[in-house]
Amino acid sequence: MTRYFTEDHEWIDVDGDSATVGITHYAQSQLGDIVFAEVPTAGATLKKGGDAAVVESVKAASDVYAPVSGTVIEGNNALEGDPALVNSDPEGEGWFFKLTLSDSSELDSLMDAAAYQAFVDGL
Amino acid sequence: MRYLPLTPSDRQAMLGVIGAKSIDDLFCDVPAAARLDGPIRGLPNHASEMAVERHFSELARQNMTASHHPFFLGAGAYKHHVPASVDHIIQRGEFLTAYTPYQPEIAQGTLQMLFEFQTQVARLFGCDVANASMYDGSTACWEAIGMAGRITKRTKALLSSGLHPHYVSVAKTMAQYTGDTLDTSLPELSAQTDSARLLAAIDGETSCVVVQYPDILGRIEDLSVIAAKAHAHGALLIAVVTEPVALGAIKAPGDMGADIVVGEGQSLGVGLQFGGPYVGLFACKEKFVRQMPGRLCGETVDAQGKRGFVLTLSTREQHIRREKATSNICTNSGLCALAFSVHLTLLGEKGLRGLAQLNHALAVQAADRLSQIPGVALVNDSFFNEFTLKLPKEARPVVRALADRKILGGVSLGRLYPNADALSNGLLVAVTETATSADVETFAVALQEILA
Amino acid sequence: MNSINQSGWKPEMGNAGDTAPATYTGNKALMLEEALIFEIGTAGTTGVDLADAPQVASRLGNLERHRDIGLPGLSEPETVRHYTRLSRQNYAIDLGFFPLGSCTMKHNPRLNEKVARMAGFADVHPLQPVETVQGAFAVIHELAHWLVTLTGMKAVAMSPKAGAHGELCGILAIRAALTARGDARSVILCPESAHGTNPATAAFAGYAVENIPATSEGRVDLAALKARLGPDVAGVMITNPNTCGLFERDMREISDAVHAAGGYVYCDGANFNAIVGRVRPGDLGVDAMHINLHKTFSTPHGGGGPGSGPVVLSEALAPYAPLPFVDKDKDHYRLVEEETAGEHHGSSFGRMVAFHGQMGMFTRALSYIMSHGADGLRQVAEDAVLNANYILRSLEDVLEAPFAHSGPCMHEALFSDNGLAEGFSTLDIAKGLIDEGYHPMTVYFPLVVHGAMLVEPTETESKATLDQFIGALGRVAERAKAGDPSLKSAPHYAPRRRLDETQAARKPVLVWREPEQAVAAE
Repeated sequence: MTRYFTEDHEWIDVDGDSATVGITHYAQSQLGDIVFAEVPTAGATLKKGGDAAVVESVKAASDVYAPVSGTVIEGNNALEGDPALVNSDPEGEGWFFKLTLSDSSELDSLMDAAAYQAFVDGL
Repeated sequence: MRYLPLTPSDRQAMLGVIGAKSIDDLFCDVPAAARLDGPIRGLPNHASEMAVERHFSELARQNMTASHHPFFLGAGAYKHHVPASVDHIIQRGEFLTAYTPYQPEIAQGTLQMLFEFQTQVARLFGCDVANASMYDGSTACWEAIGMAGRITKRTKALLSSGLHPHYVSVAKTMAQYTGDTLDTSLPELSAQTDSARLLAAIDGETSCVVVQYPDILGRIEDLSVIAAKAHAHGALLIAVVTEPVALGAIKAPGDMGADIVVGEGQSLGVGLQFGGPYVGLFACKEKFVRQMPGRLCGETVDAQGKRGFVLTLSTREQHIRREKATSNICTNSGLCALAFSVHLTLLGEKGLRGLAQLNHALAVQAADRLSQIPGVALVNDSFFNEFTLKLPKEARPVVRALADRKILGGVSLGRLYPNADALSNGLLVAVTETATSADVETFAVALQEILA
Repeated sequence: MNSINQSGWKPEMGNAGDTAPATYTGNKALMLEEALIFEIGTAGTTGVDLADAPQVASRLGNLERHRDIGLPGLSEPETVRHYTRLSRQNYAIDLGFFPLGSCTMKHNPRLNEKVARMAGFADVHPLQPVETVQGAFAVIHELAHWLVTLTGMKAVAMSPKAGAHGELCGILAIRAALTARGDARSVILCPESAHGTNPATAAFAGYAVENIPATSEGRVDLAALKARLGPDVAGVMITNPNTCGLFERDMREISDAVHAAGGYVYCDGANFNAIVGRVRPGDLGVDAMHINLHKTFSTPHGGGGPGSGPVVLSEALAPYAPLPFVDKDKDHYRLVEEETAGEHHGSSFGRMVAFHGQMGMFTRALSYIMSHGADGLRQVAEDAVLNANYILRSLEDVLEAPFAHSGPCMHEALFSDNGLAEGFSTLDIAKGLIDEGYHPMTVYFPLVVHGAMLVEPTETESKATLDQFIGALGRVAERAKAGDPSLKSAPHYAPRRRLDETQAARKPVLVWREPEQAVAAE
């Protein structure tokens, strides 16, 4: 399993042709207390860079983009009842959705952990 | 100038601190061609308080006031007696001159009031939740149609012919720009509403059905049949209430299955005011709350655990979501919501029930009296405090003739539907607790004479 | 002596240094806690006396209500006390300085309230025969004349209910004008610093919204704007003076460029108070601008409305103005509604509201405008701008003022949170100001400045008030720069400490429920 990152602060764990997507620890720390998350439903088709989910704190709303194109396998329904998971475990239990990749070559443009860390340090 | 505290010497001292030679220096970024060199010509200069008051008194005298004449107008704005304490409370500076409660620690008065208002509106309408108000009933109605579109992801709205024609016009204006399709029709001078048309038209593309209750002609109809059909097709039922006092006597739309209930709150606390400001009421089922427009007040606790209130779910709103907001509304109708809430608190369950009973009974008596006039027929089988009469001739000139006799005798359907000949003999008459039996008699006698 | 101090009353000062004990009631002298009406009222209590209803056979269509509504009632004395106690938990202009940027919290003259309540305006129905309401139409017509003349525009639409509703009116007029010439355009341009209502309005009217960048000076980047203009751009929405507190120097060139590209210029008039009587937007090429009567023209904000947002229109857009409007034939006023529009106003985009607009706000605004007159309104703008510059220059060494180098500000002074101690923010400064007895400035707006603080003093404040505020804000800012931990727990003296907005949003409680119901719902 390999983890990639985007400049929009999403992470994606890839396992064969399926993957799990969430927002990074840095992103949740910038947003503050997450009060609501809207995740895509199974079967939805996502395009790389397109709107995939919504995450809201008290005073901010952000779209979560699809890091790669694909078809949604499931959204993390646990976030509906407990959006605070995105704060407490953003890169684990607080994942947003799982999808089947439609073009794994899109992963080439994403960052690895070290590159993302350097990107965040530069902000 | 009595509203400006700075003295000439203050101004000089302040310019000195700023480092400007004159006030003109502070306007240096205005292009020279657009700078005005003095007061705009052709407009009067400042006036004393007495002079201004005198001017307004003269203009006010030219208007025929509702309280000093037999008065029977309704059609979306109703005259009710407003207790004196309502106006006293809304004139307290702490309510009158406060802003939207952005700093909750010093706005608990407005926030608690809004929380109480939301609860009152939700209960009155038979809904789970209500917002902190909209501009008025007509804009609340349009916003509800837009909200139904977001929820159902459909664009076809079915509007009952009993919906207030101004509300229909507002919806038509907006639909030109949003791609929504509205299915509308004109009412008929009949005891029957167009619910058969609505039931036949509901299908899998319908976003919502919009029904006014009581409707523009005063008719009251059970909404549960329409609700059931709408829900079976995945559509929503929007009920519109322009006379909330009616809900002291008849079932709440939410209890009959309405998904969104909107209304005009003017008749409680606000007064006629020549059409505004009024207060839009907006309530719905809890599951739709994130699609609601407007401000919402919610309960929470402070850092020491004390109960308090804040504006919440703000990410729906324009100041955060910008072009993706559920509405562009910002300022709503807070002070009118306060007036509504105070009046409803004074009434309470008992008072609202009693007021509704009184309105209905007086309207029944008036309808019986007026329909005894030769050639005049009562259109309604059912009504609350407003009903439609069919006159033997065009109603609009009759209303003018009544006004010449200092009687404000209802709203002609010709005023509301100017191009519908089939409706031109219709006269809409509202009878509230403010109409005395002598008023009704004066009205009846004059109407009979004018029609003779 | 026959009776020595029989009552035993000997005034004494007590001990000054004691710590304050908790009270039985939770009240603190004049600071009174108040329960909800649902906790103190009952269904059987009422504060009104009603005549008994005559006995009649009901004609409610068998829809009589049988279930309780659940509305508590209070007697009149309890009602007055309930709301009076609530009112005392509110900050208000009547109470103190309220420098909420973009909101123009000026004094609300009580003459306005008096005239609005005259029966001839407050007690007339909007659908009375027009012959019976000539005086009411005269008010609307007179106010319209003032607004058109003060702005140098062709016409004014009076019916919009508030600023954002006025924005919608302007954008719909633009869209109608484009439609009339068969020109379907899809994009509205807004600066990033715009009020949120601007992009929301454009989207509501079916447009895509794109941002216009700003220069480092805090003004619209004219070159970038010109580069973006094209056949798909319906118009621009520009706030002038802008939300960074600056006058858009290039406004005329912006308008000319937009017009040359076939688009229209919407000006957000929220900040008109800075220029009223000194600049006419019509001279800057504006096609439409809303005027918040509840800002510039002193109608009260009422804890969040009602407002009123008449929209002045250029010659190009005037034919598309909404219905209804008031017209004058010799000495007679008439109302142009749907029925008469065909003859006189066939290209109107339609109706925006039931009835004719915010009459109660028109009377108040006209009362204010007549009180000031043409000379006084000019003085209003001058004093508003003078007060804001006085604050800007008095505090620019204490707080970072990101655009202080860009020239004089207009009626608002903008500061940022740059330079505060680690962990301290604009929010802490705002809460510290509450303890000092002020309503905080607008915070975190405009979005283009980090931790923005937008201070709008208005012209109705004295120099002494400004001096004390400058001292207080300076002191609070120094505490934030020094990392004073007591600032993180401010406010200490307000009716409530900081409120948990996260809990409110995660588990929304929007209506009151009986305690047992509330438990069942969880």
